[in-house]
Amino acid sequence: MSTFAEFLINGLSLGSVYALIALGFVVIFRATEVVNFAHASLLLAGGYFVAVLHEPLGFWPALAAGTAGAAVVGAAVEFLVMRRHRGADHSVLAIVTIGVDILLATELTRRIGTDILALGDPWGDAVVTLGPVTIAETRIAALLAAALLITAFLLAFRHTSWGVAMRAAAESQETAALMGVRLGRVSLGAWAVAGALAAVAALFLTVFPTPGLERGTALAALKAFPAAILGGLDSTTGALAGGLIVGVTESLATGYQTDLAFLGRGIGDLAPYLVMVAVLLIRPAGLFGTKELARV
Amino acid sequence: MGGTAPALTVEDLTAGYGPVRALRRVSLTVPAGAVVTVLGGNGAGKSTLLRAVSRTLRFHGGDVVSGTVAAAGRPLGGLTPDRVVAAGVCQVPEGRQVFARMTVEDNLRAGGLARRGDRAAKAAALRRVHTLFPVLADRARQPAGLLSGGEQQMLAVGRALMAAPELLLLDEPSLGLAPLMAARIADAIREINAQGTAVLLVEQNAALALRLASHAYVLEVGEVTLSGPAAELAASDEVRRRYLGVGDAGAAGDAPARTAHPVLSRWDEGTRTPVPGPRRKENR
Repeated sequence: MSTFAEFLINGLSLGSVYALIALGFVVIFRATEVVNFAHASLLLAGGYFVAVLHEPLGFWPALAAGTAGAAVVGAAVEFLVMRRHRGADHSVLAIVTIGVDILLATELTRRIGTDILALGDPWGDAVVTLGPVTIAETRIAALLAAALLITAFLLAFRHTSWGVAMRAAAESQETAALMGVRLGRVSLGAWAVAGALAAVAALFLTVFPTPGLERGTALAALKAFPAAILGGLDSTTGALAGGLIVGVTESLATGYQTDLAFLGRGIGDLAPYLVMVAVLLIRPAGLFGTKELARV
Repeated sequence: MGGTAPALTVEDLTAGYGPVRALRRVSLTVPAGAVVTVLGGNGAGKSTLLRAVSRTLRFHGGDVVSGTVAAAGRPLGGLTPDRVVAAGVCQVPEGRQVFARMTVEDNLRAGGLARRGDRAAKAAALRRVHTLFPVLADRARQPAGLLSGGEQQMLAVGRALMAAPELLLLDEPSLGLAPLMAARIADAIREINAQGTAVLLVEQNAALALRLASHAYVLEVGEVTLSGPAAELAASDEVRRRYLGVGDAGAAGDAPARTAHPVLSRWDEGTRTPVPGPRRKENR
């Protein structure tokens, strides 16, 4: 039972980190209707900034700088690439983001090389023991930080002018423009927020028990894709639910791997995708996604 | 208000979508504080005209080719849509287009986004909208998608008023509304105008539009074919026959006059083959 509780808490913690990534993904999709395949590279960029800066600056300033840096990279992608093609077909723009992803990933991979970079977090490998349950401090920190950021984001989304503009643009770009919403700003803001959230997620994907930031970190970030898709690409609630489902599934499948040996090894990595396929078979628009409705 | 410059001046405007010209050398003026209407059937270019003013043609793959548009003396050419709103021109889109997943309250808030700061002015704009359409205050917390058609139209107008425009562009506000609701929207337009906002009203419901407007233009396949004081147009045979659906007797007699412009619009076929009984309803 105690191992189950550990798996569950670890899964929720991991899921909340996926939710951060998926949230950024959904924000860009809602604001611009573009599927951002460069998201994993934004995350890697954020993590890289923190890794490089934590020695000269110390951890907390480095985290702030890394978050800001990833936000700037996101905004720059919007400003330098996406904006030039605004009005183009959304599927064309999605392919443009693949190009951006290749560029960013190549440069970051060149810089990181085969190293495994530490991010200098203060938690190290410390654990908290609550009765029979042992949890890494980093997992608790991840859960708290993600909960805090997601709450702040959702409150801003509901109540600030930025949020109103974002939601209006998500429903209809043209009507939002007619009401005086600056679409360029909405789109820029979405990319910056997505970058910042991804940087924080990068931190928690690379702390204990993971060895550190490496080239493969972007692959871990890819698990946010099934999270966003199974939640429904255009739903913030869906991103949260999807993130948690993927995190818990992965944690449980990995944890009980030995009992699932008949499925072969590595089922943990595969499980999120299986869940996604299962959900999409039943609800093609995802759990909370808007169904595509055609009015005749 | 003050200022003698017309609320809107369109001169020699030519606009289109790729190779298709939807408007050809259209000129029109909305005097400060006036209600002006543009009549025409489907495909006459009415919506293109409004999109050219609000600078949203690019959402439809279109562009202004030549000509100028100015609001209160300020040229609008080359501006982004949000700057047009900031310049005091706000459009209520055809088909209402309320933000269905947002609450009524948030829809109105979205309408006020173009004006930054100034809480007092925003609160005053909201009071004005709630006075004009009390139902919007009652339903503030409901998703806009759950409102009735008439209420959605009220919301669409109210949302545009949140930007406190000096010129309101209305694209077919009576579209798909029951006659009683259309009359209520007409009353609201009259009231908004009485409060000092100029209105450019695009309508297929010519009877309603000509009652509201002081001046009217008739647009046919992208060109202004008739213009003048609304009362005069309402009395003219051409408009009575083709837009108000009265005085059908001469339809066969003036066929040569019609060939003067080779008209492609759909409603024209209706006038060529007279239908017995009440003449065609407004083209829906």
